[in-house]
Amino acid sequence: MTSQKDGNLNPHNRLMTGAEIFVRSLIEEGVDIVFGYPGGAVIGIYDALHDISDIKHILTRHEQGAVHAAEGYSKASGKPGVALVTSGPGATNTVTGIADAYMDSIPIVVFTGQVALKLIGNDAFQEADIVGITRPITKHNYLVRDVNELAPTIKEAFYVATTGRPGPVLVDLPKDVMASKAHFDYPKKVVMRSYNPHIQGHTKQIVKAAELINKAKRPVLYVGGGTILSNAAEELKALARKARIPVTTTLHGLGSFPENDELAMGMLGMHGTWYSNTAVNYCDLLIAVGARFDDRVTGNVDAFAAEAKKIHIDIDPSAISKNVKVDVPIVGDVKHVLRDLLPLVQTLDTKDWLQTIKQWKEEHPLRYRNGKHIRMQYVIQRIGEITNGNAVIVSDVGQHQMWAAQFFKYIHPRTHITSGGLGTMGFSLPAAMGASFARKDIPVISLSGDGGIQMNIQEFATCVEYKIPIKIFIMNNGYLGMVRQWQELFWRRRYSQVKMSSPDFVKLAEAYGCAGFRAVQKDEVNDVLAKAFAINDGPVVVEFKVVKEDNVYPMIPAGMTWKELMDVPDEELKSVKGETPEVEEIMTLAKG
Amino acid sequence: MSELTATPAAHGHDRKHTISILVENKFGAFNRIAGLFAAKGYNIDSLTVGPTEDDEISRMTIVTRGDDSVIEQIMKQLNKVINTVKVTDLTYESFVERDLALIKVQTKTDTRSEIMQIAEIFRAKIIDISPRTVTVEAIGSEQKVDAIIKMLKPFGIKELARTGRVALKREFQGEVN
Ligand SMILES: Cc1cc2nc3c(=O)[nH]c(=O)nc-3n(C[C@H](O)[C@H](O)[C@H](O)COP(=O)(O)OP(=O)(O)OC[C@H]3O[C@@H](n4cnc5c(N)ncnc54)[C@H](O)[C@@H]3O)c2cc1C
Ligand SMILES: Cc1ncc(C[n+]2csc(CCOP(=O)(O)OP(=O)(O)O)c2C)c(N)n1
Ligand SMILES: [Mg+2]
Repeated sequence: MTSQKDGNLNPHNRLMTGAEIFVRSLIEEGVDIVFGYPGGAVIGIYDALHDISDIKHILTRHEQGAVHAAEGYSKASGKPGVALVTSGPGATNTVTGIADAYMDSIPIVVFTGQVALKLIGNDAFQEADIVGITRPITKHNYLVRDVNELAPTIKEAFYVATTGRPGPVLVDLPKDVMASKAHFDYPKKVVMRSYNPHIQGHTKQIVKAAELINKAKRPVLYVGGGTILSNAAEELKALARKARIPVTTTLHGLGSFPENDELAMGMLGMHGTWYSNTAVNYCDLLIAVGARFDDRVTGNVDAFAAEAKKIHIDIDPSAISKNVKVDVPIVGDVKHVLRDLLPLVQTLDTKDWLQTIKQWKEEHPLRYRNGKHIRMQYVIQRIGEITNGNAVIVSDVGQHQMWAAQFFKYIHPRTHITSGGLGTMGFSLPAAMGASFARKDIPVISLSGDGGIQMNIQEFATCVEYKIPIKIFIMNNGYLGMVRQWQELFWRRRYSQVKMSSPDFVKLAEAYGCAGFRAVQKDEVNDVLAKAFAINDGPVVVEFKVVKEDNVYPMIPAGMTWKELMDVPDEELKSVKGETPEVEEIMTLAKG
Repeated sequence: MSELTATPAAHGHDRKHTISILVENKFGAFNRIAGLFAAKGYNIDSLTVGPTEDDEISRMTIVTRGDDSVIEQIMKQLNKVINTVKVTDLTYESFVERDLALIKVQTKTDTRSEIMQIAEIFRAKIIDISPRTVTVEAIGSEQKVDAIIKMLKPFGIKELARTGRVALKREFQGEVN
């Protein structure tokens, strides 16, 4: 299994250092990949890792990259992601990634080095109170104060991170604790008197929910990230198809229901489809499944599905009735609850309702006008057609992120990964790296804007060093596009600090030692995509020079209601600046 | 509410709640709970913490205020903290409560006896005395302690230390004193 320096093959018979116990514990947890960055406080741990072949360590180029990579790995695999960093600046560099994982309920365990116990509080070299700093952004965190507590703490950390509503857990490891010795005995079970997540839904509530469903005329399933975290895509499909209920998903729910199914309506919310938002507005029953009524989804909460009865399935009691009062709350795991619910629901007569929605899809599809310049919508639509939905799309934050949600038809769970709750620019590249280690079978595509890519661009080097075969697509519109869009629409077009220059991304890719291509005109898109998809033994960078001032529609402005929904303006469908009308065509896409 | 503690005025359907929390004695547990109130902007009128019959567990008693939905969130958020073992809103149950105050009051020869009389009425004790001050120890319900403070205020309160409310669910449903 591992090579032992002292030749003693039974690890249980001898004393081990904290560092060795740490490594053993990870192996016991089934961890086979760690993203990290060494330093003085963890040098002993890195020494213990050095001989271990069961765990692959990926040296990122920044600790933020390590945490996003752990998130991406977790999102793509369903397993917990692990990051390891040093004390002080190493630890503080993880903060954004931890906050990101907290907002999006991603199970990761972050191990930070710490100065020796007796130095804590002394402003010692590279000391930071990372447990204090991350307290509000972790599900839980620990400072290990005794080497005998190390293995049980690691066991508990993984348990807490992955059960209930998942989330990040941080374990702070003082240097002296990791150097002192103890017998290694990895606990088989976790016993916590203070933590006991509900898995099974309450039978009475499930019966009540079934009664509401069986009476509904215009039901809508509103499905969120909890369904994917619960691995409940099959159960969801079974329920929707049996009861004939149309499905809309949140940004994090994308992939939980196949978007080529006639019941699919795509994403709802601020940049959701016209028909999903309209259906939610007119529905008489809204069934929220592992979704948390985020304000990007509800807009003005008082007007959100105002006429509808509401059922809410969520494993976290505090998510229920937080933003919107519901009629039937069910606390439990989506998979368990849907299984219990399925036999109780009937096949509903929703023919008219589905017919109405079908008509809305025909009348109000997602649209854009394609000309000789490249529009991001087109690139994303082409990626969808080429891969047939068999790819992992890891988007960054901004306009391209919304178009990635709209113009790709997600078929499988865990094929759409993005930063939704915190909206962290710089997420995509490192998260795609992590995802790539979980999915060797299908292409993993990092999709960033010209702004976001420059926030973690150092990870080009990691991709090259480990030959990580991801496609790094950069949508270069020369702007912080999403902010520019808001300035155009709501701040009288006063473009303040949103225009930005970029390096020559192709040359940059080459400088890092990786293939780079560029498409400037629409007719070059297919060619560069073909070239990019032909490279499978390492990373490839493609820059798309896209239309500069493009806007994401539909849009429900923040805090507004369905009534204020703005669809693609007619004048935009007629002409785009600088285009030759003869070559233009209107492209459409409807989910379902 | 006593005018001596700084809490924004109650609005709407805000109501005072006494929440009792059993929490594991683990590193950072107290900060997690106090931090939660700060991070979410919940009010704290008072907060006490001390040992219980179980040496792995402490009891925190928090007096807070808010409308029903805020209190519902506070309860859920407290339950969500990994270290909490049990969270009870005593407001909906009958409970016994005590607050303790040490009140250092300015005295002149002609006011000392009046102060001592007031203390006696409230069954409070004089625990320290000097030519210019007496220190009164008052124990009772929060209301009772508020009342004695109000009575002593005109004499000039030099210093005041108060524990805040501790509370337990009442088992006997009659009056015991
Ligand atoms: C620029 C930008 C624009 C955006 N626009 C939109 C938009 O138009 N539409 C949109 O939908 N989002 C949008 N978002 C994302 C938005 O901010 C939220 O992140 C997202 O809507 C939340 O998704 P969710 O409700 O699925 O919850 P998640 O954050 O995925 O949370 C999952 C929920 O499921 C619960 N859960 C977890 N595990 C389980 C389980 N096993 N069983 C039961 N329940 C479980 C959790 O307790 C939680 O309540 C945007 C983000 C950005 C950055
Ligand atoms: C770290 C961080 N800083 C700032 C923001 C605010 N913000 C949201 S979208 C956006 C613009 C993103 O620009 P770009 O990456 O070029 O993508 P585009 O919108 O142009 O597709 C900004 C600045 C953010 N989400 N994250
Ligand atoms: Mg941009």
